[in-house]
Formats: sequence, structure tokens, C-alpha cells
Amino acid sequence: MRFADPSGHGGVTAIEGVSFSIVDGEVVALIGPSGCGKSTLLNIGAGLYAPTAGHAFVDGELVQGPNAHVAFMLQKDLLLPWRTISENAMLGVEIQGRNRSECQRRARDLLNSFDLADFADHYPHQLSGGMRQRVALARTLAIDPSVLLLDEPFSAVDAQTRIVLQRDLAHTLKRAGKTALLITHDLLEAVILCDRVLVMSRRPGRIIDEIAIAIGHREDPFLRRQDGKIAGYVAHLMERLEIGPFATTAQNSLQPA
Amino acid sequence: MTHSARSTLIRRGAAVSVGLFLLFLAAWEWGPGLLGIPHFIVPPVSMVFKEFLRMLAVNNLLFHTAVTTAEVIAGFILGSLLGSVFGYLLGISPTAEFALSPYILALQIAPKVAFAPLFILWMGFTVYPKILVAVLIVFFPVMVNVLTAIRGIDPDLINLARSFTASRAQIFWKIEFPSSMPPLFASLRIGATLAVVGVVVGELVGGNSGLGYLLTFGEGQANTPMVFVCILLLTLIGGIAYVGVILLEHQVLHYMPARPLGGL
Repeated sequence: MRFADPSGHGGVTAIEGVSFSIVDGEVVALIGPSGCGKSTLLNIGAGLYAPTAGHAFVDGELVQGPNAHVAFMLQKDLLLPWRTISENAMLGVEIQGRNRSECQRRARDLLNSFDLADFADHYPHQLSGGMRQRVALARTLAIDPSVLLLDEPFSAVDAQTRIVLQRDLAHTLKRAGKTALLITHDLLEAVILCDRVLVMSRRPGRIIDEIAIAIGHREDPFLRRQDGKIAGYVAHLMERLEIGPFATTAQNSLQPA
Repeated sequence: MTHSARSTLIRRGAAVSVGLFLLFLAAWEWGPGLLGIPHFIVPPVSMVFKEFLRMLAVNNLLFHTAVTTAEVIAGFILGSLLGSVFGYLLGISPTAEFALSPYILALQIAPKVAFAPLFILWMGFTVYPKILVAVLIVFFPVMVNVLTAIRGIDPDLINLARSFTASRAQIFWKIEFPSSMPPLFASLRIGATLAVVGVVVGELVGGNSGLGYLLTFGEGQANTPMVFVCILLLTLIGGIAYVGVILLEHQVLHYMPARPLGGL
């Protein structure tokens, strides 16, 4: 697959020759330097942009535009300030015109499982950043997508909240058996949350490495954090990204895009 | 801000405000005399009040105030409706904005009140030219604010709606329209005061009704207190329109974080 931005000056090619697949129920991380086209890849998967060459398939169907199989979540919570928490969680359901009562029940269950039930009638500005991000996750899951595309979902929350949110996400993905593609700059996050990590090169982005994480208990990032193999995986990823003590070239910037 | 801190602020602020008002009235009443300013330049407040009572009895003041109020309301409502409709249309259609922007810019730069004599030539000494000036003057701030609001919406928010397979109409009604409410109301506040300006200019230029007419009538007779009465009533009309907008704003934007004194 290839994506060149037609409006870009000098025809910037964001990604080139990228090909990978994710099996049902698998959680895969995508890491790489800033501007390597990770988000572009995700937008193609969500059907927001069409690839210049190549195709994306979700559930065996060619992606020709936004579709109900896929839901995405970004670093920004994108909650609508004029909607209450439960109304925000229902946004996708409402747009897709699904069976309201069934979806309402699912949205309520999701809010319950994220400890947000007491805040259902609050407005977003009354919630903390971590809670807002959990509402965004509930909104993503409410439409019951088969694939979740997560673009640095926790990079804007503080470190402690992030640990809690990672646990919530891991639990939910495992329980619901969802397939997910997670973009992150946090190598540890990639290792503790995912079955597999894909490493991308600088622009034009290609996939240069693929590492299967052979640690059990994907639903419990707390437990995984304590596993002895974690350090080795992170060191390997650092090497592939040319950062840290193994750096051979100038230090890469790993700031969020 | 805590509740008690807030109520303390309100109480203290109100006390100072009332004190200042009494001080102002006293200065108005006795200041001109003390400074040797003649009454035909600055009449004391008691004289203005006496003139107000006289105008009520003799000059049909209530009728003229009602005419001006009606013109302001009509001009404000029509102007803000037109302004917001154009703002939304240009906001969702970049082609329309590109094609029409030179004309809109030209009209925006042109001093709107200068159209008043033209409108009176077209429509005679009726209420319509006054309303039309108000419509024209209210139109632009509303249109520009709505357009800017639509342009300024986070593209990720639109993409989020698109990823949920939202139609163009759904994106408008669920994202763009509600997003534009705060800037729309900011422009309506401006529009409420501008509508009074538009109407008064129209009345000054021609006609035989409204507070603007009484204003020129008082000027012709060198009746300074009459001019003051008209200015005060016009300010009152503008103030009521402004407060009306704010009350509506509180209804619509109830989800916004509370501001001290409701953001007056």
C-alpha cells in the first residue's frame, strides 16, 4: 500500500510498500519515528482517506469509506461540550441510527465498567482528563466495532492515569475479543498491551520489523509489567528505532506527532 | 470560585455599583452648576426628568419609543437570521465563500449607515428603511462569527463523525451547528447594540416617528434636555436587547462552565 498526499508540497509520500494483516482478536502496536505515516495508515484503515495505491480490508471487505466495522480513538478525547457524558458515549450509535434501547444499554454498561455511571449526566468540562478519555473509549466501543484503531490514546494523560487506562483497555479488549491497532510512542505500552509490535521506518514509512510478544496475560498489563522479558523487548525496539545507547545516527525525536 | 466567595463578590460589587450610581447622579445634578456650565449645554438630571414627564404628556413619547423598539427588534432578528444563514452556507461551502468573499468584503468595508439616505429614497418615510439599515449593520458581525466558527472546528471532530459514517447533514446538525453557538451568541450581543445604532441613524435621516426623530426635533429647538431624554431611552432599549440576548444565551449555552455573574 502507498499513500502520497496530493496536496503536499513536492508530493510527500507518507507511506510506501506497507503490507500487513491482523487476525481476529489480535492487538497489534505500530511504533515508529514522528511523521513516519502511522496516523495516515490508521486513517486509511478507518476509510477517511483513500490510499494512492493498494487496498485496505476490514472483515474481508474492501474499505471504500468510513464503515461501521471500524471505530477510532485519538489522543484528544473529542467529547462534545454540549452533550452529557452518556449522550457523548451515544454519539456513534445515534449517527448510525442503530437500535437505540439496545445501544443505550451497552453504553450504560460501558460507563458502569469504567466507573463513570455517577457522571452520566455531567458535562465533559466537569470531568478530569483521564475520565474524559475513558468516555472516549466508551464511545468507541458503544458502536460495537470489530476493529479499534487507537492513535496514541493515552499520550495526553498523566503517567498514573495512563497505567489505569491501559488496564481498562486491556481488560475490555480481551473480554470483548476485539481486534485493535494501537499507535504509540511509549515502547513499554506497546509491549505490555499487544500481541505483536510493528516497527516503521522514517518517511516514506515502511514496516522494518515485526516482533511477537511471547508473554501471556495480555488482559493484565500490571502482571506483564513485572515479566522479566519486558526489558529485552523494549531494548530491541529501541535498537530498531535507533535510539538510546544503541543509537548509530543522530538521536531521533520521539515526541508525539 | 466557591459559592460563598461568589456571593461575597456579588454583594460587594453591587454595593459599590449602587454607590457609584448615586455619586454619578449627584455629580450630574450639581456638577454643571458648580463648574458654571450653562443648562443649555448640560442640563441637570432633575431638568431632564421634568422634560421626560413633559414629553410623555405632550410629545407622544411612548409612541415614539415603541416605534423605535419595534424597529430595533425587527432589524435585529432579521439581520441575525440572515447573517447566520449566510455564515452557515459560506462555512460549509468553500466554493461559495471563495466566489462571494470579494463582494462580502466590499459590503463589509462600506459604512453601512451611509446607506440610510438611499433606503429612504427607495422606501419613503416609513419604518422599512430604518429596519433595513439595522439588518445590514447586524448582518456582518453575525455572518463573520458564524463563518469563523465553522471554519475553526477541529477537523478531527469532523473525522470522528465521518468515521461513524455520518452524512453531511448529520455532521452539520450534530457537530457544526452546536459548535457555532458560543461565537454566534457573542456576535448577537454585538448585534443587539448595533441594531439600535442602525435604527437611530435611519430615523435621524428622515421620517416623523421614533426616538431618532425626536432627537433631531429637540436639536432643532435647542432643547438639550429633550436630546438627553432620547439618548437615555435609546440606551435603555439597547440595554434591554442586550440583556435579552444574554438570557437566551444562558438557556442555550447552559452546558458551559459557570462564569462569575453569568458573564455579563
